[in-house]
Amino acid sequence: MADEIQELTGIAAASCYQCGKCSAGCPMVGEMDFGPHKIMRLLQLGRGEKLFEDESIWLCLTCETCTARCPNQCDPARVIDGLREIAIRRFDTKAPKRISAFRRSFLDQIRRNGRLFEFGLVLDYKLKSGDLFSDVTSAPAMFLRGKLALSPRRIKGIRDVRRIFDACLESGEES
Amino acid sequence: MRLGYYPGCSLHATARDFDESFRAVAGPLGIDLVEIEDWACCGATAAHNTNRLLSIALPARTLALAQEQGFDAVLAPCAACYNRLATARHAMEQDPELKEQIVGILKRPAFTNQVRVISVVELLRDMAATIKEKVVQPLADMKVACYYGCLLVRPHEVTGFDDDEDPRSMEEVVKATGASPVMWEKRLECCGGGFSLSRTASVVRLGRAILEDARKAGAQVMVLACPMCHNNLDFRQKAISKYREEPVGMPILYVTELLGLALGLAPRDLGLHRHYVSPQPVIEQVAAATRSLAGGEQPAALPAPPREEA
Amino acid sequence: MARIGVFVCHCGENISRTVDTAAVAQALGEMPGVAHSTDYKYMCSDPGQSLIQAAIAEQKLDGVVVAACSPHMHEKTFRRAAANAGLNPFLCEMANIREQCSWIHDDREAATAKAIDLVRMIVEKVKHNQPLQPIHIPVTRRALVIGGGIAGIQAALDIADGGCEVVLVEKEPSIGGHMSQLSETFPTLDCSQCILTPRMVEVYQHPRIKLLSYSEVESLEGFIGNFKVTIRQKARFVDESKCNGCGDCTKKCPQKKIPSEFDAGLGTRTAIFVPFPQAVPNIPVIDRANCLLFKGRAKGKKKDVCGICARTCTRGAIDYDQEDRLVTEEVGAIVVATGYQLYTIGKIQPKEYLRGYGEYGYGEIPDVIDGLQFERLASASGPTAGEIRRPSDGKVPKTVVFLQCIGSRDPAKGIEYCSKICCMYVAKHTMLYQHKVHDGQAVVFFMDVRAGGKGYDEFTRRAMNEGALYLRGRVSKMYRDGEVIKVVGYDTLSGEQIVLDADMVVLATAMMPQLGIESLAQTLSVSYDQYGFINEAHPKLRPVETNTAGVFVAGACQAPRDIPDSVAMASAAASKILSLFSNAELSREPMVAHVNPATCTGCFHCERVCHFGAIQRKEVRDRQGNLIKVIAEVNEGVCQGCGTCQATCPSKSIELAGFTDAQVFSAINAIFA
Repeated sequence: MADEIQELTGIAAASCYQCGKCSAGCPMVGEMDFGPHKIMRLLQLGRGEKLFEDESIWLCLTCETCTARCPNQCDPARVIDGLREIAIRRFDTKAPKRISAFRRSFLDQIRRNGRLFEFGLVLDYKLKSGDLFSDVTSAPAMFLRGKLALSPRRIKGIRDVRRIFDACLESGEES
Repeated sequence: MRLGYYPGCSLHATARDFDESFRAVAGPLGIDLVEIEDWACCGATAAHNTNRLLSIALPARTLALAQEQGFDAVLAPCAACYNRLATARHAMEQDPELKEQIVGILKRPAFTNQVRVISVVELLRDMAATIKEKVVQPLADMKVACYYGCLLVRPHEVTGFDDDEDPRSMEEVVKATGASPVMWEKRLECCGGGFSLSRTASVVRLGRAILEDARKAGAQVMVLACPMCHNNLDFRQKAISKYREEPVGMPILYVTELLGLALGLAPRDLGLHRHYVSPQPVIEQVAAATRSLAGGEQPAALPAPPREEA
Repeated sequence: MARIGVFVCHCGENISRTVDTAAVAQALGEMPGVAHSTDYKYMCSDPGQSLIQAAIAEQKLDGVVVAACSPHMHEKTFRRAAANAGLNPFLCEMANIREQCSWIHDDREAATAKAIDLVRMIVEKVKHNQPLQPIHIPVTRRALVIGGGIAGIQAALDIADGGCEVVLVEKEPSIGGHMSQLSETFPTLDCSQCILTPRMVEVYQHPRIKLLSYSEVESLEGFIGNFKVTIRQKARFVDESKCNGCGDCTKKCPQKKIPSEFDAGLGTRTAIFVPFPQAVPNIPVIDRANCLLFKGRAKGKKKDVCGICARTCTRGAIDYDQEDRLVTEEVGAIVVATGYQLYTIGKIQPKEYLRGYGEYGYGEIPDVIDGLQFERLASASGPTAGEIRRPSDGKVPKTVVFLQCIGSRDPAKGIEYCSKICCMYVAKHTMLYQHKVHDGQAVVFFMDVRAGGKGYDEFTRRAMNEGALYLRGRVSKMYRDGEVIKVVGYDTLSGEQIVLDADMVVLATAMMPQLGIESLAQTLSVSYDQYGFINEAHPKLRPVETNTAGVFVAGACQAPRDIPDSVAMASAAASKILSLFSNAELSREPMVAHVNPATCTGCFHCERVCHFGAIQRKEVRDRQGNLIKVIAEVNEGVCQGCGTCQATCPSKSIELAGFTDAQVFSAINAIFA
C-alpha cells in the first residue's frame, strides 16, 4: 500500500518520523480512529489495508493543517486523498453513508450540468443518503433569501466536462 | 492585467450575496469584471476526494478557457474555487508530464498554463490604498474578526500571497475601510467545510469554537471570503447557538460586503438581506457613524430579514 | 621506454563487484611502457604494499600506478611504499576506479571499460612524471585561538601549558562564552560558573597567553607554520592600562534600561558595562549605540550631552575618542572555536533557508522563552536571583511546558540535524524548575530522548522519576489565552490530543553556528557545511583538523557539542598543535607552481588570478645591476597548487609541479588514442 501511495502521490510514508504534529492540530482527530500520524504509521507497517475497513480517511476535511505544519513535508492530506482515490477505484469505501452520498451527488451534478446545481444536489443527496428530514425546514428560508435556484443551467461545453470525467474515472467509479 | 471573473457555482446560488457585493464594489474600485465564458465547476472537495486527475482537469478547463479568452489571470472570489484552481495550476507547473496529460484530456493543445490565479483577498489587499481613498463611510471603531479558514492560505506553496500561519491581507483590507481588525486565535481553523449537510454535528462543533473565540476577542462582526465558511457560520449559527444559553449573534459578512458598506453602497445592493444572522447591528453602527459625520441624515435601512420557520 | 607497474585493487568487493579487475590488469599489461601489471584484493594492506615494493625492485620500475580508491584515501600510503622501495614517491600515482567508477556504475562491462581508460590516463601521465623533493618550511611556535568560550579557553590553556605562546581573540567584552550564562550543568548539576571562572582567571594570568577581548580577526595571510593575522581591537572607550575595574562608572551611568545580552534580554544593563560580575577582563565597554554621549555626537550635537562616566572615573581611564586598532600577530597555527548561537522562531530569519514558527506565534507570545533565558532565570546571578519567575508579570509559573526539537530535526524550518544537547538540558531544566517550585509541574513534549553519554540516560530517567511528565509528540500550535498559553499537542504514546494551559513555555531551540562564521571561514580558507558549521578534515580520523593545514577546529562551531565534547575537542586541537610545534620546520608536498624566468613576460595575469596571494614580483638585473625586467615568482609556502596560474599564463611560463601541461595533456590524449 505504501508503494501504491508513493506511486500515486509521490510521498514516501517512510519519511514520516511519527512526531504526531499532524494529529495534534487535526480538527477531526477526535472523531477518527486513525488520525493522520496513525495513517502514516499503518502505511509504514505495511498494514494500509486496515484503513479501508474504517471510516477515518473519509472524515478528513482536507484543511491541510497537517500538511502545513509537517516538519518532513509528508503531506498527510495528500496521502489521505490518495487513499480515498484507491478505495473508490476498488469500489470499496467505508465512508459514512451521508458523506459518500454527498460526494456522489456532487459529482453527478457536475457531470450532468457542468456546474453545481445546489437545489438538485440537495434533493439528490437526500435520496442517496436517506437523510430525508434534516434541514428540510430551512429550505423555505433559503428560497426567501434567493439562495436556491430552482432549475439547473447546463454549460455549453458539457461534452468537455463529460470527456474529462470519462478520461479520469473508470465507468461508474464516482458513484 | 486583464482579469477573468470566475464566480464558481456558489456565487450563482447560496453565495449570491458574495457575487452581488463583489460586483457592487468592483465599479467604485475600478475593477473590470468580465466573466469567463462557459466556465465549469472546479470540482471542489468531491473531485479531489475521488480522483486527483479529475480534480486538476476540471479547473484546468477553466484555466484554458481563460487563456483562450485573453485573460491574464483568473479571479476567484470563492476560497474553495480559488484553492482548486491554484492547486491545479501549481500541480501542472511542477509536473510537466501531468500538464501534457491534462492537455490531452482537454483536447486543448494551445493551453500553456500561464494564466495566474488570484483570490479576492489578494486583489483587495493590493488595492488597500485605493480603498482608503474611496471610503465614504469609514467603519470607525467597528471590531472585525477576519476569518481565513483553510483554503485561502494553505498550502503555502500553492497560495503564497500571505503567511500561512500569520496572514495579514484581510486585516489590511479591513483597516483600509477604517474598521479595526481584532487579533484572535482561530482565524485559520477549519469550519467543517463540505460537511455542512453530511456531518452537521462536526460543523457545529468546529463552528462554535470559531465563533466563540471571535466573540471572546471582542469582535462585533466576522468577515471572510469563502461561501462554505459563510454557510457553516451564518446558516448554521442557529444550530451552533442551540447548545448555548444565548445565541452567538455574530453577523458574518463577506469581505466585499463590509467593503461595500464602507464605500457607502446600499445594504440591499450588497445582498445583506440574504443573511441568516442579521447584519442589522453592523448597519446601524455604520449609520450612526455616518450621522455623526454628516450630521443627521439617515441612510436607507435594510428591510427586515425574512422570517424563518421553526 | 618507460617501465611502469600497474597495480589494480579489488578493495574487497568495493571495486571488483562492478569492475572486472583482472581484465583491467590484463588490458593495462598490454599497454606500451607498462612493464608489470597485476591485481590484488587489498592493495593498501601490508602484503599489497609488499607486492608493489617487490615489483619495483624486481622489475626495475620507474613509475607506479595504483588503480584503487581516491588519492585522498591512500596516495600517502602508496607513495610511502614506493619511497621505501627506493622510488621517488612522486613517480607513484593513483587512478581512482572506486569513487569515480565502481561505486557509481552498475553495468559491469561498461564500468570495466571505463576503469581501463582511467588507468591508461594515469599511466600516460606517469610517463611524464619527474622526481620531486618535499619543501621544508620553518614554523612559528605560537598559536592563535579564535573564540573565548570553554573550547577556546581549554585550547589556549593546553597550548600555553605545553610551553607555547597563545593569542586568544574574543569578540565580546569578556571571555566565558555561553557556559558563563548557564546555571547548572548536566549530568552532575554542578554550578557552571564555579567550574568555569577559575579557568577564565587562569587564562588572564597565564604568562604565555595574550588575551585580546572585544576583538575580531580581520584578515589572514600566510600558511601553516607562518600565518600573519590582523586583528581588530574594537574601541572600548576605556583604557585597559588605566582601568582598575572598580565599577564606579557603571553604577553612575544614567542609561540603565538596556536589555542585557548576558541575561538573554531578561535583565538590564547600563551603556557602560561589564557583562557580568566575574567578567575577564573586568574592564567595562561603552556600548556606542545606547550611550547618550555617542548618540548626541551621532546627531551632530556640538557639546557632549553626557560624560558622567569620565567624570566619575578617578583614574582617567575613560577615553571617548578611542578608535579601533589593528594589530598583527605572527602565529604558526590557529584554533577556530567560535561556538554557537540559538535559532529563534521569529518571522524574520537571518538566513534564506530558515523559517520561523508561525504556529507558535513567531516569538511574539510573552512567557515563551528559550533555553538560555531559562538558564538565566534559574541562575543565582540572573535577573530574578535564581527564582523561576515568568518575564511578563513576574509570577511563579505553576505549569511549565518544555518543547524539544524546536528548529532541530525540522527540515520544513530549514534545519535537519539534531542539536544533540537539548534532551539533556531540558531534563536538567525540569529538575531545576521542580527543585525550586515544589508545587510546579514540568511537562516535556519530546520526539525521542537522545541521551547517549556517561551518566546521561540515568539523568533523563531521574528527571522523569522526579515528576516531569514526558509526552511524546510535537506541538501543533500555541497561543495566548488570557493569562495562560494554550499548548495544543498530541501524545503519540497514548494516542490522545492534548491541550495544556501553560504559565510559561520553554523552547529547546536549535544550536546554529554564530552568524558571520562564513566570512570568518573564508578569511581562514576553511570550508563549512550548508549550515555554516566548520568542516573537519575527516569525520572520523581527523576530527579537529580543517581542510587548511594549520587551522584546527574545536567546540560547537564544528557541530552541536556539549561542554565535555567541546573540551575534549579543544584539548585534541591543542595536542595537534603542540605536536606540530615540536618540530623546528615542517615539510610539505612539492606540488607548487614554478615560473620559467626566461619566458615570463611579467604580465602578472597569474598575480591577478591567484586566490592565495602566492605570486610575488621579482626584479631581474644584468651583471651591472641594470633592471632588465620584472617577472613573477611563486612563494612556495603560500602556493596551494591549484593550477589556476598555469591555466592563465599566456606565455606558458608557469607550470605546476606534478601537473605539468605534458602530464595533463598526455592523460587526456590517452582516452582518445
